[in-house]
Amino acid sequence: MAGKTLYDKVFDAHVVRSDEGDENGNGTCLLYIDRHLVHEVTSPQAFEGLELAGRAPWRISSMVAVPDHNVPTTGLEKGIEDPVSKIQVETLGANCERLGITEFGLGDVRQGIVHVMGPEQGAILPGMTVVCGDSHTSTHGAFGALAHGIGTSEVEHVMATQCLIQKKMKNMRVTVDGKVGAGVTAKDIVLAIIGEIGTAGGTGCAIEFAGEAIRDLSIEGRMTVCNMAIEGGARAGMIAVDDKTIEYVKGRPYAPTDEEWEAAVAEWQTLHSDEDAEFDIEVVIPATDIQPQVTWGTSPEMVVPVAGVTPDPVAESDAVKSGAISAALAYMGLEANTPITEITVDKVFIGSCTNSRIEDLRAAAEAVKDGKVADNVKLAMVVPGSGLVKQQAEAEGLDKIFTAAGFEWREPGCSMCLAMNADRLEPGERCASTSNRNFEGRQGQGGRTHLVSPAMAAAAAIHGHFVDVRAV
Amino acid sequence: MEKFTVHKGLALPLDRSNVDTDAIIPKQYLKSVKRTGFGPALFDDWRYLTPGEPGMNFSNRHINNDFVLNKPRYKGATVLLARDNFGCGSSREHAVWALAEYGFRAVIAPSFADIFYNNSFKNGFLPIALSSDIVEKLFQATEAKEGYEITVDLENQQVKTPDGEAYDFELDSFRKHCLLNGLDDIGLTLQHAEDIKAFEAKRSAEAPWLFR
Repeated sequence: MAGKTLYDKVFDAHVVRSDEGDENGNGTCLLYIDRHLVHEVTSPQAFEGLELAGRAPWRISSMVAVPDHNVPTTGLEKGIEDPVSKIQVETLGANCERLGITEFGLGDVRQGIVHVMGPEQGAILPGMTVVCGDSHTSTHGAFGALAHGIGTSEVEHVMATQCLIQKKMKNMRVTVDGKVGAGVTAKDIVLAIIGEIGTAGGTGCAIEFAGEAIRDLSIEGRMTVCNMAIEGGARAGMIAVDDKTIEYVKGRPYAPTDEEWEAAVAEWQTLHSDEDAEFDIEVVIPATDIQPQVTWGTSPEMVVPVAGVTPDPVAESDAVKSGAISAALAYMGLEANTPITEITVDKVFIGSCTNSRIEDLRAAAEAVKDGKVADNVKLAMVVPGSGLVKQQAEAEGLDKIFTAAGFEWREPGCSMCLAMNADRLEPGERCASTSNRNFEGRQGQGGRTHLVSPAMAAAAAIHGHFVDVRAV
Repeated sequence: MEKFTVHKGLALPLDRSNVDTDAIIPKQYLKSVKRTGFGPALFDDWRYLTPGEPGMNFSNRHINNDFVLNKPRYKGATVLLARDNFGCGSSREHAVWALAEYGFRAVIAPSFADIFYNNSFKNGFLPIALSSDIVEKLFQATEAKEGYEITVDLENQQVKTPDGEAYDFELDSFRKHCLLNGLDDIGLTLQHAEDIKAFEAKRSAEAPWLFR
């Protein structure tokens, strides 16, 4: 019998019961959930549903809540001005207080983007099953956890039962072989992977990211890669546990200590795919092929190396694909065959659950060096992923580097990744963004998003157009 | 949850692949703490020429007459036709709520994003995957003939056309059972509460750090 994959191991360890063998059995399982992260947007209807049905949450201690999507990144002392956003954030606070759920509210230094806060607090541990009503929950696979996004009905289901109804997904492995060149980051790796497999490449799968280039990444880099597994269609991305994982978790508030720590580490060290494990789909990408990436279109798979040009719909033989290229170019206000480095930007956004951790901010600050934000750039903003990231960055003087160059240094939150707060693009504005989605209207109606790494975004702010960070 | 057995309704062709949940229901509407009120904002950026905000009077907005949803011949449509990877992106269930509230009961496409697919079943809304070739045929027939109605027969897992064609579709038996009977799956899961407690007892002895 073949060995187990990392996904198999974590899944199997959490099966409460399986319908296999029943007369109606079809492999549907009840999967026990260890950690439930909660934010203000996808939870209110679930809390309400629970209350209407007269049900109580199954295990309060599994839940950690934080407001992030709606929170303003300036003028926090005035509170939330948008009355609709305010109600939503207050509703989360009231639900948490009523039920005794731990919440890091506005003004708490631990408040931040849910996928930054969770790992920072040690609330994500290797081998856990993790859910959140947010598709970027895949982030936490960086710890060898099985983590994926769920809808609000499932949020309610997990609250009420501590379980998800699940069938096993397929196993897919993406191996990034060899070492990436200098100046190529985790973001470039994951954008290149999505460019290769497509936005539906991982549909129905849990993707394990493997290979030397992945092992070489820091835990924060691995979070960036797993974060965007969903942009490759996979609900879950995972990476094997190694010494870096264990070192990262050690000493964090939710991490085990003393004897429990020893026992936990012993268990965590088994969290890797067996040598003889079999995958349903295998993709191998040579690391040396990966260059800094820039998306040009309205889907994350519409991506090219910075030295590339926008595609030509005429050169595409498939009619549906050709039409999609034409539509994307039209929306983005770009001609075919435009060199990426000739594309100028109006705004720059450094932040989001993909790229707002301390290493991201360090890389962006390094690319800023002693430069100034270019005159054609109307707004360049840095939004740290949490209050603790902000504090750390300020201790290192990164905020001074950004503000001296003309960037705005903001308060933590999701901000212009999805523009639920006041931070947004105006119609036609073009943005170099370290976020994860370049969909039409994602950063504001009519806005045009180019996804890049933090260093590439910072360099675009300084030069006013995309540049190869390795050449400046 | 509303039961789904057999549904016959007007088809509407949305000829795009990778329709994401941001397009189905834009972010500004996600500030709501309710499950309702999303139907008028379905496909908001495509459907209207003027920007929309929650709570505004939608009847004053400029309609985009070129968008398929606004064409008179598709008024009252309940079966959506779409292309590959429908529902990709964010996990927002609001996308399904918006489609259902607008009046759609089913969507037929060659493929769906996982979270959207899963969310659909929780709301009595049926996502049906058929091959690209069959979906292409349905697109052509719908566009060619005004008033083209498609029948979805969940019990027999078939999509039937007015031309007498019948196409089988695959569906998980548990999901089918829940949808046919309009079952609340939380109630079903809680029937196994003893199993969950037993699992918890065992696991918390083995790995107490997971239960802090």
